[in-house]
Amino acid sequence: MTRDEIYSKVQGVLVDALGVDEDEVTPEASLRQDLGAESIDFLDITFRLEKAFTTDPANKFTIPRGDLFPENMDNPDYIQNGKLTDAGLAEVRRRLPHANVSELENTRDAALIPDLFAVQDIVDYIERRMK
Amino acid sequence: MRWIWIDKFVEFTPRTCATTVKNVSLAEEHLHDLYPDFPVVPHSLIVEGFAQTAGILVGEARNFAEKVILAKVARATFHRLVRPGDTIVFRAKVEQLSEQGASTSGTVTCGEELVAEIEMMFSHIDQNMAGLEFPEHNFVFTEQFTELLKGYRAGGVVRI
Repeated sequence: MTRDEIYSKVQGVLVDALGVDEDEVTPEASLRQDLGAESIDFLDITFRLEKAFTTDPANKFTIPRGDLFPENMDNPDYIQNGKLTDAGLAEVRRRLPHANVSELENTRDAALIPDLFAVQDIVDYIERRMK
Repeated sequence: MRWIWIDKFVEFTPRTCATTVKNVSLAEEHLHDLYPDFPVVPHSLIVEGFAQTAGILVGEARNFAEKVILAKVARATFHRLVRPGDTIVFRAKVEQLSEQGASTSGTVTCGEELVAEIEMMFSHIDQNMAGLEFPEHNFVFTEQFTELLKGYRAGGVVRI
């Protein structure tokens, strides 16, 4: 599957899950800030992606918890008292290579992590998984 | 008034699908509140009836260990009104189920006619809202809900 094909499917998933117009779903659009995603929408998007990218019902495409949207990062190495550690910040950079983490670097506020997810991060993730 | 908008289960396949029935009676107070002299079941209560059907299906999948909360109505399309004397049937199907919650879909019908098509998501709140405090006991699945399922499993036989 080409990146364009993946992008097109991801766009369809976001239109259905978030009730937005297709032209609002740009690669740089932030799921939370630009497309209005709320916490339950991240689970909805995960379910819809699993469905959209399953081509063989006997071999379902699954997204393990925390693999795509590491909003919890339930690991004391990453988050302590609601603040990101150095290891946590490195993990965010690794998982979200396109994200602008400057505010996160300053505040270390873990609650800001969901703001960073952009459409292209989902496309990157799917592309990695498809290889 | 009891906050329950289904009368009984007529089909229940664990983790897969469930069907419930509601008989709408002119005696129900809420029917008279929406439009004067034109009693109808508000769409929001049709959604609630579907949520109760699907919610019990999702809760049973984990033996009622999770607090299952309606988190999102992804779609609700209505095709006709429901009025006193109607019997409506809720058919709910589990689309996906995970540690964090479930997505469901289904229909509401009256006889052969389609009343509504609904998609909704449920959250297992203890899994998704870590750090927030909720009561220990499962306040979602009270006895009035679990009794409905027990009634179905007993074959509709109620001993008095």
